[in-house]
Amino acid sequence: MSMGAAHQITAGFMPLFDSAVLVAAGELGFAAREGIDLTLHRETSWANIRDRIAIGHFHLAHMLGPMPLACNLGLTPLASETIVPFSLGLGGNCVTISNAVWEGMAAHGAVADLDPARAGAALRALIRERAVAGHDPLRFAVVHPHSGHNYELRYWLAACGIDPEREIEIAIVPPPFMADALAAGRIDGYCVGEPWNSASVAAGTGHIVTVKAQIWRNSPEKVIGARKAWADENPEALAALLRALHHSARWCQDPANHGELAGVMAQAGFLGLPPAVQMPILTGHLQLGGGAELDIDDFFLPFDKAANFPWKSHALWFYTQMVRWGHVAHTPENLAIARDCYRPDLYRSALKPLGVALPGANSKVEGALRVATAVGATGAGLVLGPDGFFDGQIFDPDEIDTYIAGQESAETQA
Amino acid sequence: MVRTALAVLVIDENRIRAAIIEAGLREAGHERVTVIHDVTGIARRIAEIEPDVIVIDLENPNRDMLENMFQLSRAVKRPIAMFVDRSDQASIEAAVDAGVSAYVVDGLRQERVKPILDMAVSRFNAFSRMARELEEVRGELESRKVIDRAKGILMKSRGLSEEAAYTLLRKTAMNQNRKISDIAQSLVTAAGLLGPAEDE
Repeated sequence: MSMGAAHQITAGFMPLFDSAVLVAAGELGFAAREGIDLTLHRETSWANIRDRIAIGHFHLAHMLGPMPLACNLGLTPLASETIVPFSLGLGGNCVTISNAVWEGMAAHGAVADLDPARAGAALRALIRERAVAGHDPLRFAVVHPHSGHNYELRYWLAACGIDPEREIEIAIVPPPFMADALAAGRIDGYCVGEPWNSASVAAGTGHIVTVKAQIWRNSPEKVIGARKAWADENPEALAALLRALHHSARWCQDPANHGELAGVMAQAGFLGLPPAVQMPILTGHLQLGGGAELDIDDFFLPFDKAANFPWKSHALWFYTQMVRWGHVAHTPENLAIARDCYRPDLYRSALKPLGVALPGANSKVEGALRVATAVGATGAGLVLGPDGFFDGQIFDPDEIDTYIAGQESAETQA
Repeated sequence: MVRTALAVLVIDENRIRAAIIEAGLREAGHERVTVIHDVTGIARRIAEIEPDVIVIDLENPNRDMLENMFQLSRAVKRPIAMFVDRSDQASIEAAVDAGVSAYVVDGLRQERVKPILDMAVSRFNAFSRMARELEEVRGELESRKVIDRAKGILMKSRGLSEEAAYTLLRKTAMNQNRKISDIAQSLVTAAGLLGPAEDE
């Protein structure tokens, strides 16, 4: 505890690697240097995070990207208005399946290259074969209904011609239980962040078939969700924290610090797992199962490519998926709520004094950048993308009605 | 007027705490109480029990799974919502502070549920108090054992009486502004490192 800190901030997090930027801000002095006494509380469920934000135990928390939207759209009980002034990184998730499903997919042409289209085609052939033979539908798991995991899994399946509502089942399983559930045969596959994919590979009970970084390159994952009431009353504390998180994120991205970061996250109070199991997410070098391994570009970015900028287009894409899967109705009121949730204005005003490169726009056309591209920004040297969806689709947030209608017609054709 | 008894399901991995809650519910006249420690296969159990009220500890990592199941599963015939009486912020806070949450079937009147939640909150608090006290007692016992061993080492190595050995420990602790049990622990550790087994 630093005596006499200008700001006291209490934050919740889940023991997942992508809480690293928040954890390092507290543990390595980035928060203290901004005059913040940052107290971190480890939680056991997203529901607890939501409840403790709602009753004011936490000022802010490590959250699933779509979770603040769900709070503001009234999809969850006991939720308070939550804003997103900072993103904790891009990518980091994988889809892992059982050995039995992998064998079935391999018989239909799957190879260990993580290509979403090829893997999806093989999975589709396997699912149709199982249906003809009268087998139960395959059971997949994600960590929460309002999660990037759920939406990217469904997006991948649907784009490969698999109806995630009818042709498979999707259950909710807490991340640390995924590998056990797969090994015990309670589920056939799952989508989760690291290290819970590599855990199944290391145990010899699963294969990684594709990754978030290939389904939608440089796509949003966890964010900082802050109580709006607190943020409105404490703009200076929030701005100081965003600067601390910025410095922390830059430090986390630097390969020279990966060993130390893995050591911090290994502590019992954070992940409580050996540093070695955290290296795949940091290096992007993954064992896929059966001896196959691969280097994945932009597997997880805690800082580079404007990873911390809370793009409104990211929030709006999550919103389109909430509509697509029946979580919320598409109305002008709901769209306005979704549009107001992510707050690039707060990010920009907090970081302006640092003179760092900041995107000039609040939204971008997702999927438009085929290669890494230097973009117009205040400050020097900002590179974005590539940000493509694997199926070549483009999400233009200014044409959201068309995008939602396009998804509906794809569903009815399936 | 006879009201149908409420079916209450308690989900808690901590068996002792679950037993305390169950006893409280039975004392309060609730006959239809089921306790589950392990959530494997819980959808089927919920379909069998058809609970009106579900009490769950907040340490349970399965809350997200359960909330999703309450909304979607065919196993749950009647929709289940979180116990939220927005007018009663204090009782929500008390529940979260105590580490417990409750879910109720739609349409169940708040006044029938509130006593159950209040009872769970007070029993959760009592359990935490008890666990804390037990921890303290255990700590005290441990330090007493360490002090005894340190005294033994001093008596043997410096030929002191038991009283003189204790006085020396106490003085050292006071001079260094540390706890006597810390000094004793350091001594026992050092003796273990330096000498042959001192009193084994």
